[in-house]
Amino acid sequence: MSQPILQVSALRMTFGGVQALAGVDLEVGEGEIVALIGPNGAGKTTLFNCLTGMYTPTGGDIILNAPGKKPCHLNGLKPNKIVERGLARTFQNIRLFGRMTVLENVMIGRHCRAKSFILGAIFRPPATRREERDITMKSFALLRKVGLADFAGEFADSLSYGAQRRLEIARALATEPALLLLDEPAAGMNPRETVELTRLIQQISADGQAVLLIEHDMKLVMSLSQRIYVMDYGKRIACGPPAAIRANPAVIKAYLGEEDDAAA
Amino acid sequence: MEYFLELICGGLTRGAIYALIALGYTMVYGIIGLINFAHGEIYMIGAFTAFIIATALTIYGFPLAAVVIVAGLAAAVWAAAYGYTVERIAYRPLRGAPRLSPLISAIGMSFFLQNYVLLAQTADFVPFPALIPDFDFLEPYSHIIGASDLVILATTAVVMVTLTCVIRYTTIGKAMRATAQDSAMALLLGINVNRVISITFIIGSALAAIGGLLVASHIGQINFYIGFLAGIKAFAAAVLGGIGSIPGAVLGGMLLGLTESFGTGYISSDYEDVFAFSLLVLILIFKPAGLLGKATVEKV
Repeated sequence: MSQPILQVSALRMTFGGVQALAGVDLEVGEGEIVALIGPNGAGKTTLFNCLTGMYTPTGGDIILNAPGKKPCHLNGLKPNKIVERGLARTFQNIRLFGRMTVLENVMIGRHCRAKSFILGAIFRPPATRREERDITMKSFALLRKVGLADFAGEFADSLSYGAQRRLEIARALATEPALLLLDEPAAGMNPRETVELTRLIQQISADGQAVLLIEHDMKLVMSLSQRIYVMDYGKRIACGPPAAIRANPAVIKAYLGEEDDAAA
Repeated sequence: MEYFLELICGGLTRGAIYALIALGYTMVYGIIGLINFAHGEIYMIGAFTAFIIATALTIYGFPLAAVVIVAGLAAAVWAAAYGYTVERIAYRPLRGAPRLSPLISAIGMSFFLQNYVLLAQTADFVPFPALIPDFDFLEPYSHIIGASDLVILATTAVVMVTLTCVIRYTTIGKAMRATAQDSAMALLLGINVNRVISITFIIGSALAAIGGLLVASHIGQINFYIGFLAGIKAFAAAVLGGIGSIPGAVLGGMLLGLTESFGTGYISSDYEDVFAFSLLVLILIFKPAGLLGKATVEKV
């Protein structure tokens, strides 16, 4: 593995007496697609919330090593600062700005990379106008990438479910993240939408984007990810390439066994 | 017929002022879900600032146009500073607290600012200099529409259009809309939500101060208590139009102004406030979310 972009070590998170994360170690390398799996309640989303600053971890360390920037600790930073450092995420449930247009949703994501703010908005010097044009162009390019350029002017909540999911990814990409976190991107998708999503994630990854995803759709996880981390009860119980994970008895016991039950 | 037109003009003027103040209520509510009860006091402080600056400049013999512009700018900046400070010390520490806490804090701020101006200035009404000259071209219609009515309407129109453009087309406007819809998500996209909230308070306070200057010049006197009734009326206007909605605030303000104007003109001026609040009660019975408000379900 090349130089890791994200390095999580011994991360702990407790809520009162409940230990949601009991010392998790995790690494994501440059350009890698890493999946995080585990039964419900294993602490996957808690981990994401710690990484993105929604929770302040009780212990441990998170280091982001964005290419071209100095490595920095993320624990305790505010969410908007973490986004500026280069970490973006999507949610299990759709959280678009429904009453804004598709294009505006993506432009909001570029906000943190814009320099001019309130004074620029009032006096509109050429630099601001150039910046705004640049934001619009780049946002359009992202929409084209996820196949939504034709819907740029429509309200986000008028899109189909799969399209809304793709728009969320575009919006997260607009923040120019070093690492993209996807929380169950395929949840609630029909098989065709899942195939489209798989293709989109592969395409993003081909552009050199590192991705860390939580997902229950095993087909998607096995076909996409280079490495898989398995969590249960706030601990990491396994880690390795898809083939090794599939054969790991601890994983089968904790997770895949349950999956079989559910299928039966 | 002329009396009717006069009432319409008078109503629109009142309505424009209510709308200017109501915008502050509605913008703050839209973004953090707080009824900022200290907003009427910000309006009063704007009027006092304009009073002090305008009186001083008039004594030194500055031309009227310069007095108006400098007093207006000073009032807007000073009131914006107050609005910003109030948010910083009274509301921001309570972010994440139950909704009732910042509300009580707002009421406390309102009392504090009222009494602070009472002590710093005076309990009496002070005469406000007439800042708006009579226009010659209005002479034939002066019994229908006065110069200050016209200036108030024009100023309000310009402010509304500017505000709409800022919110619709600029980066900060987008950030404000995003924060209003889902502030946690906005934070996760790198928007400095605290800054957006501060800017909202600054804009709302500056608008209230402009309203304060216009009303004070129109009526000709101010005291420390004018913010209370103006604040309540503007709040009623915001609720009437659907709190959180910017066009709603304008519509609500205008409707309230016209109702008051016609009520006092055709029925009795003793019941001025009764008309305003009866209208509010009536509309809320039939449209609880206000005229342009959307009935939203609380997110769980």
